[in-house]
Amino acid sequence: MKKTAKPESMTKKLGSDLPFFLGFGSVAAIYIGLIAAMVVANVAVVDPESIRAVWQDPNLQASIRLTLLTCSITAILAVLFATPIGYLLSRFRFPGRNLVDTMIDIPIVIPPLVVGLSLLILFNRIDFIPGGAGNSESWISLEKWLHQNGMAVTFSVPAIILAQFAVATAFAVRLTKNTFDQIDPRCEQVGLTLGCNRSAAFWRIALPQAGQGVVAAGVLAWARALGEFGPILVFAGATRGRTEVLATSVFLEINIGNLSGAAAISLLMIGLALLLISFVRFFTRSRSVVL
Amino acid sequence: MSLIVEDLQVHAGRFSLPSISFTIPTGQCGVLMGPSGSGKTTLMEALCGLRKVSAGRIELGGRRIDTLRPGARRMGLVPQDTVLFPHLKVRDHLAFGPQLQGWTSSDIASRVDELARALHIFELLDRKPKGLSGGEAKRVAIGRAIAGKPQLLCLDEALTGLDEETHQATMGVLQQVIKEEEITTLYITHRADEASQVGDVMINWLAAGGKDDDEK
Repeated sequence: MKKTAKPESMTKKLGSDLPFFLGFGSVAAIYIGLIAAMVVANVAVVDPESIRAVWQDPNLQASIRLTLLTCSITAILAVLFATPIGYLLSRFRFPGRNLVDTMIDIPIVIPPLVVGLSLLILFNRIDFIPGGAGNSESWISLEKWLHQNGMAVTFSVPAIILAQFAVATAFAVRLTKNTFDQIDPRCEQVGLTLGCNRSAAFWRIALPQAGQGVVAAGVLAWARALGEFGPILVFAGATRGRTEVLATSVFLEINIGNLSGAAAISLLMIGLALLLISFVRFFTRSRSVVL
Repeated sequence: MSLIVEDLQVHAGRFSLPSISFTIPTGQCGVLMGPSGSGKTTLMEALCGLRKVSAGRIELGGRRIDTLRPGARRMGLVPQDTVLFPHLKVRDHLAFGPQLQGWTSSDIASRVDELARALHIFELLDRKPKGLSGGEAKRVAIGRAIAGKPQLLCLDEALTGLDEETHQATMGVLQQVIKEEEITTLYITHRADEASQVGDVMINWLAAGGKDDDEK
């Protein structure tokens, strides 16, 4: 039979917690320091003159308006798609579920440029729509069909929204699925015994409990859309005053060698991001929701 | 409405519920006793339509219900841990079933009032589940289950987890409500004292065809 350790030797064995806090604290400090240094670097190269010049530039004002418009539309669309997808993935086991789950991750893991390139090819290079009577070709591309019907997507505002939507929705789905995972499915089961069908169980029981998570998914989608650049550049272009959003404004300012102007726009984007993050923190904290 | 369960089989993953048969006459309380982990909750879920039945039949009031969707079976379920809706007030819990059945507002209001008084939860009507005591939550769950006047009330270890005093008080309220509502009841428990207190018909799990958990 083993001897029981004496209390003093146990205390000795436990050792100090200082190395733990020093180690973990140092790791955290290095990363936080990097983020802070990046912001400070932006501030360092910005001079008041360039802030004034950039702010008074009508192109930038149009860029801000277009950014707010496209990000808001994208966020609404992302919530409309991410909520049912997240619910289906959370609640049901169906053939091909793993495939669907994996495909949702594709826009998250592939380089953003590839998303833009894929959209560009899908709309312009693949002829999969019947040409119809007035066409010489039997099959035409989606963009050509849209053009014939008085619409355009590629290199116009809808392309910005579609490029943002393709990426932002994937992130929103992850959040809505996680939210529904945290809600006890037996609540809906009890609802079913009380007379709910699947739809009523979702609208009356699951969704009201997921409200904050769904709002947070919308805000996350908005934030992702704000930071999207690669797919917009490829699919919508970066035409001044036409398809220019804040991310492309930074790129255009760098292209003309205006580093200070690019940094000023970057600070504006950082400010918007901070505002959003604060909103989510306040919104979720006030309702004691952990997301 | 009498409940007749005939040769009911359920397969859930690796677990399989053997052929179960029993009957509860109209308006009586049948108590199903059996060891923990033997599949009583699986049986309850199958009766309520939350699990697919592999074989056998379930009749309620002469009507075969095992192919119906849960909402069409007219059953009220009280799960072991109550599973109240966190976003709804107690009043809304009691009104939930009647609303889905299309009752008029005045009928719903009078039903809520009637049940709240019978279950001694009148003063809780405008509160949400968070912060309710164990006994209060159980009484709300019972009220939610019977508000729509179901043909069968299913209680799955419904009073588990209460201290003895609250257990006795809640049991008294439950017995009173079952008697007043004249509702056929299936009560699952592993406590012999509960079984003798509430049961009109004793259903022995092993005699009904169930297996001991060691035999699964």
